[in-house]
Amino acid sequence: MAKQLFSGNEAIAFGAYEAGVHVATGYPGTPSSEIMPALIPYPEVNIEWSVNEKVALEVAIGSSYSGARSLVTMKHVGVNVAADPLMTLSYTGVKGGLVIISADDPNCNSSQNEQDNRHFARFAKIPILEPSNSQEAFDFTKEAFSLSEKYKTPVMLRVTTRVCHTKTPVSSEGKRQEIKIEGFTKDPSCYVMIPAHARKKHVVIEKRLLDLQKESDASSLNYVEKGERSVGIITSGLSYQYVKEAADGEWIFKLGMSYPLPINKIREFTKNLEKVYVVEELDPFLEKELIYNGIKVEKRDKKFYLGELNTERVMEILGKKDAVLEGDKPEKIKDIPLRLPVLCPGCAHRSVFQVLRDMNYIVTGDIGCYTLGTLPPLSALDTCVCMGAGIGNAQGIYKTKKDERLVAVIGDSTFVHSGITSLINAVYNKNKITVIILDNRTTAMTGGQPHPGIDQTVRGEKTKALDFEELGRALKVDYVKTVDAYQKAELQESLEIAEKTDGVSLIIAKRDCVLLKKRETSKE
Amino acid sequence: MTKNENTDIVICGVGGQGVILASKVLATAALLQGFDVKASEVHGMAQRGGSVLSQVRIGKEIFSPTIPLCKASTCLSFEELEALRYLPYLKEKAMIVVNNKRIDPLLVELKQAKYPENVIDLLKEKGFNVSSINGEETLKEKGFPLKALNILLLGVASKTIPIAEEFFLTAIEKSVPLKTVEINKEVFMLGRSF
Repeated sequence: MAKQLFSGNEAIAFGAYEAGVHVATGYPGTPSSEIMPALIPYPEVNIEWSVNEKVALEVAIGSSYSGARSLVTMKHVGVNVAADPLMTLSYTGVKGGLVIISADDPNCNSSQNEQDNRHFARFAKIPILEPSNSQEAFDFTKEAFSLSEKYKTPVMLRVTTRVCHTKTPVSSEGKRQEIKIEGFTKDPSCYVMIPAHARKKHVVIEKRLLDLQKESDASSLNYVEKGERSVGIITSGLSYQYVKEAADGEWIFKLGMSYPLPINKIREFTKNLEKVYVVEELDPFLEKELIYNGIKVEKRDKKFYLGELNTERVMEILGKKDAVLEGDKPEKIKDIPLRLPVLCPGCAHRSVFQVLRDMNYIVTGDIGCYTLGTLPPLSALDTCVCMGAGIGNAQGIYKTKKDERLVAVIGDSTFVHSGITSLINAVYNKNKITVIILDNRTTAMTGGQPHPGIDQTVRGEKTKALDFEELGRALKVDYVKTVDAYQKAELQESLEIAEKTDGVSLIIAKRDCVLLKKRETSKE
Repeated sequence: MTKNENTDIVICGVGGQGVILASKVLATAALLQGFDVKASEVHGMAQRGGSVLSQVRIGKEIFSPTIPLCKASTCLSFEELEALRYLPYLKEKAMIVVNNKRIDPLLVELKQAKYPENVIDLLKEKGFNVSSINGEETLKEKGFPLKALNILLLGVASKTIPIAEEFFLTAIEKSVPLKTVEINKEVFMLGRSF
C-alpha cells in the first residue's frame, strides 16, 4: 500500500485499529487528544471520552477482562489520575491486550509539568515501548497488543509531543486483524485483589519482569547499528532521530522496548567500546538502569534533564558542540516581543475574570483555557496545580480564616473530571467557599471535545446531559445560581449573595466557547 | 553527506492563521513527489493567539523532526514579527516569503514591549532573499476568501521548493474541504505566478 502521511497520534489509532482493538477510552489532553478522533470513522471500535483518566482505565480493564483488545489514551499527567487502577492492574494482569498511551510533554508545550512517565512503567512493573516516528508508532502499537496478551500485562506506549505532532510517512497492510471476544470468565484469584491473592500475584509479576527482560533481549525492536569508531550511543524514542542527525561513525543501540532493558544485549554491545553515551529526553532513566546493572556510561549534564532535546543539544551531549553549525552563524534579532497565548476575543472567561479582578478576589483555579486568566492584562488567576485542584485549594485557604474574598473557578469539563468530589468535601466539612463553573459547553483547550455536561458523545450521538444546577442542589450546596457569563452585573450580584450565604455556593457562568460556535458555523 | 541535502522549510505565524494546514499541504506534496518528509508542529495552549511554528523537512531520508540552526532554505511567515523570531533557523540568503501584516502581541498592546520598525527592510539588510506580499489585500482584490492566505503564501514559496506543481495541486485536493478545492487551487496558482 502507498505510504500515507500520519501524525504519531493518527498512527497509534490506525495501528490499534489494525490490531483489532475493540474498545478505546481516554480523556483529552495535549499531546494525546487526536488519537480518539482518528477512531471515529470505525464503527467496529467502541470508543468513548471518559470523564477522567482513572475511569477511562477502569473501563478498559473491564473490557480487557472480557477478552477485548483495549486502548487507553491520555497525556502524561493523566497517568497520575489513572495511577490507582494502574498499580493493581499490573497485579491482576489482562486477558484482552491492554495498551496505555502515555503522551509526555517535554518542554511543557501545553502542560503544568514535564514529568517523565517511564518511571510509571517501572513503578507498575510493566513494559514500555517507545516509538521514534509515525511508522514505529503504528508498528509498536500492534506489537504492544501482542506483547500484552503474551505476558498478560498492560503495556505502556510512551510517546512525546514531537512524536505525537509530527507527520511522517507510514505504510500499512490496510487490514484489520479480527479477534473474537471470549467474554468474562470468573476467576477471583486472578481478578479480586484481596491480600491473599495479591501476595501470590506479586510473585507472578516479579517472574513476569524476568521473562520480559528475556523478551527485550530477543526483541527485534532493540537493535544495533554498526559504527566505525570505538564510541557507542544508547538511545530510545525520539532521541534516536537526533542521534542519527548528530552521529558520525558511532555505534548506535536503538531501544524500541526501553523497559525492561535488554541488558545482556547491551552488555555485549558495550564490551569493545571505549566510551558509551546515553541520549535520552528528560530524566536519566536509562542511565540509572544501566549503571545499576554495572554498565559504564558517560553521565549527562543535569541541564539536559530539562526541556526537549534537539540536534544541537545532542551534539553537545556527544561532546561535539561546535560541529553542528560548521561555521554558520545563526541570525539573531534582539528584543523580539514574546507572543504569549491569550484568551480569544469574545471569550466569556475574560468577562468573568474582569469581574473577579475588579472585586479583588483570590482566585484558585486549575487546568484549561482559563488558566490563561493568570496572564496580563487579566492577572486574575492565582493557583493552578492539577485538574480539579482549585476547589480543594480554596477550602484549604478558607480554613486559615485569613482571606475573605476567595473563589474557586473550574471549567465544565474539568468539573466533571475531578471537581465534583471536592465540592462534596466542601459541603460535608463546612468549608464555606464559592465555586464558579466556567461553563463554555466544551473541552476547549484540547480542541473542543464533548463531555458529560453536554448531550453529545464522542461520535456526536445524542446522550443525557448532566445538569450542574440540579447536581449542586443534590449535593446540598446552599446557594446555586446560573448566570450568563457576559452579564457582569448579574455575576457581581450573585457573588455578593454568595458572600452573604452561610455555606457553600455554586455559580454556573454559562456562555458557549467562541471557537465552538465558529466550528459549528463552518460545518453548515 | 545526505543530511545537508534536505530542503528545510520554516512556516510561522500567529495561532489561527492557518499555518498547520499550509504545512500539511506542503508535506503531502513532498510525499507525492517521492521524498521522505517530516512536518512538526505545536498544538494546544500555544495555538491560543500565540506564536505558531511548523517545521517541514524534505529529503531522501529525514531524521530529526526539528530543523537544526542555519539549515532552512525557505521561510513562509504569515506575519512580520514572526519572520524575525525564527531567523536563527535560516541559512544565509534564505528565501523569506512574508505577509505584510502586523499583529501586535499583547505585550506591545500593553506598551511593555516595542514592535520592531521596518521589518521587511531589516530582513533585506540581513541579506535574505525577501518576497513580501500583502496577502489579505491581494485575496480581497481577486474576490478570494481571506482564509486562503496560507495557500497563497505557499503558492509564492512553491517556486523555490523542488516539488512539481501537479503534486502541490493534488495535495490541496487531499487536504482542504471538498467545496473549497477549486478556490484553493486558483489561489495557489495566483501565488505561484508572483
